[in-house]
Amino acid sequence: MTITNPAVTPATVTQSATPGRNKPNPIKRFWPQYVSIAPFYILFLVFGLFPLVFSIWLSFNDWDGMGSMNFVGLAQYRFLITDPRFWNAVGNTFIIWFISTIPMLFLALVIAFLLHQNIRFKGFYRVAFFLPNVTSMVAMAIVFGSVFSDSFGVINSALQALGAAQIPWLSSPWGIKITIACMVIWRWTGYNSIIYLAGLQAISTELYESARVDGANGWNIFSRITVPLLRPVILFTVITSTIGGLSLFTEPQVLLGDSGGPGEAGMTIVLYQYNQAFTQFDFGYGSAIAWALFIIAVIFAIINWRLVSEREVGGQKVFKVRRQRKEVAE
Amino acid sequence: MTATLDPGTTRLADPTGSVSNAMARRRSLVTRIVTHVCIVIGVLFSIFPFYWLLVMSTHNTAEIFGYPPKLWFGSDFATNIKNVVQSVALFRSLLNTFLVSAAVAILVMFFDSLAAYAFGKYNFPAKNVLFTILLATFLVPGSLSLVPSFVLMSWLGWIGNFAALIVPGAANAFGIFLLRQFAQTSIPDELVESARVDGAGFFRTWWSIAVPMMRGGIAFLGIFTFIASWNDYVWPLIVLVDPQRLTLQVALSTLNSIYRTDYGMVMAGAVISVVPLIGIFIIGSRHFIANIAAGALKG
Repeated sequence: MTITNPAVTPATVTQSATPGRNKPNPIKRFWPQYVSIAPFYILFLVFGLFPLVFSIWLSFNDWDGMGSMNFVGLAQYRFLITDPRFWNAVGNTFIIWFISTIPMLFLALVIAFLLHQNIRFKGFYRVAFFLPNVTSMVAMAIVFGSVFSDSFGVINSALQALGAAQIPWLSSPWGIKITIACMVIWRWTGYNSIIYLAGLQAISTELYESARVDGANGWNIFSRITVPLLRPVILFTVITSTIGGLSLFTEPQVLLGDSGGPGEAGMTIVLYQYNQAFTQFDFGYGSAIAWALFIIAVIFAIINWRLVSEREVGGQKVFKVRRQRKEVAE
Repeated sequence: MTATLDPGTTRLADPTGSVSNAMARRRSLVTRIVTHVCIVIGVLFSIFPFYWLLVMSTHNTAEIFGYPPKLWFGSDFATNIKNVVQSVALFRSLLNTFLVSAAVAILVMFFDSLAAYAFGKYNFPAKNVLFTILLATFLVPGSLSLVPSFVLMSWLGWIGNFAALIVPGAANAFGIFLLRQFAQTSIPDELVESARVDGAGFFRTWWSIAVPMMRGGIAFLGIFTFIASWNDYVWPLIVLVDPQRLTLQVALSTLNSIYRTDYGMVMAGAVISVVPLIGIFIIGSRHFIANIAAGALKG
């Protein structure tokens, strides 16, 4: 399969070696290249683009997946706007995203700074911090479920031993959200700190040295050099954790089941979509929820894009620092 | 003054060092210790759930529900594993998951490296347009197509079939994008040219020049894809229906929702789903971490 028909190959070679001469059909000339990239486009058309278009059509229909489709126009969306369960899911998703992302990115930055020092066992530490990110979320959701368990979990046992009141982690609205946020923080802090670490390592040491020669202290170096230069990397982590936060599913589903726990306090947007489409068999409404999520994601993308434009300001600052350094050198 | 207070520092210090030098050294030693302590606390939080998973899998349920909680290993691991095997076809699921993940990883390595080589080293009509389309597919969120993909799979008759897990993931934009950068930076044009002069065609140069030179990138993509496919949950949950043909993650969540009362057994099942993956990650970790970071910074 890997070695082509010898009768064809030499022809291709001579043709590509003499471009422009008697202009052969590009399909004939570049057929191996087109064949190579074709699988991706075929798969995308069938399993990417078609479902995308089809889901728009589905969202205008009432369908249980078995009987006939019933075109209802915008009725699914009209219902969605007035559906308190949907808005509860949106609220939950945002709260969990908010209370997980901020501590997670802060901790990741701290860990990255610590790992950036010239210390021993750096390789081991990096692997240890990255490990949560590659493990099965189903297994770890089960573990977190036991650690945060109301009656026999380690955390409540520790609180009891300290004489403090136990917290109903898995049965109170805030307890559920905090438990899910802890899972997200645990899983993604190491990932983000590795990204920050790579960003820190990309900053030239000369920049730090010259700043020190100029008499800059630790805080000045951090706020004037490190943060501006790390800004694009921080932005990347904000974008990826927003996308991840909006599509939260496995953690609440394994921890609390399809219903999102007591009072649907752990119901996220994707879990609600799954719930409506695959347990209530309301395919049309499930598709409408998916598109609503898409619109929310686009709004976030626009906000992020605004932040990217501000990155230019960061770039100016960097430029200034560089220029100052040059002046010092002269 | 400070140097005499700390014999450890004086021993470490350069014998020719002045007092201020020793002070600086001591400060750096304190900083180093504080740094290590902070990192170790972080590492403990990071690996505690794994430890807890192993501890719970070695106890019976009565012990797990008892107070105070057991912090050290028990003796019921074998019993728990036996119970798991009797309750769900866990080893069957393990085999299923391994085969699906390996198939996806191999297909992705094959198709993505071919496409990446074509995009990275050749100019052909419509190349830029096609590559822009490829990049644009990054923007399509996965949850949008959950429902219609399920309908499509049922039309194809792939519900309950591993084809539904393998075929849609056989080539992806992420891998092509990643390997294209490897192709551009690590394969010299002269080498491709001289192979062409020697009469090698596109596929021949791909196999004997591009693949060996992109080896690092292809290996990373393979490990990454394998791990992602192993951990995939929502899609297998939707398309797999036959209990004999579940993947590990779905089997595990079934175990959890049905036998929540037998925690020891559920934890033993979780151990089986986590341990092989950790092994693969640690073997490939160096490569993995470096590339994850590089991909993020370029992206």
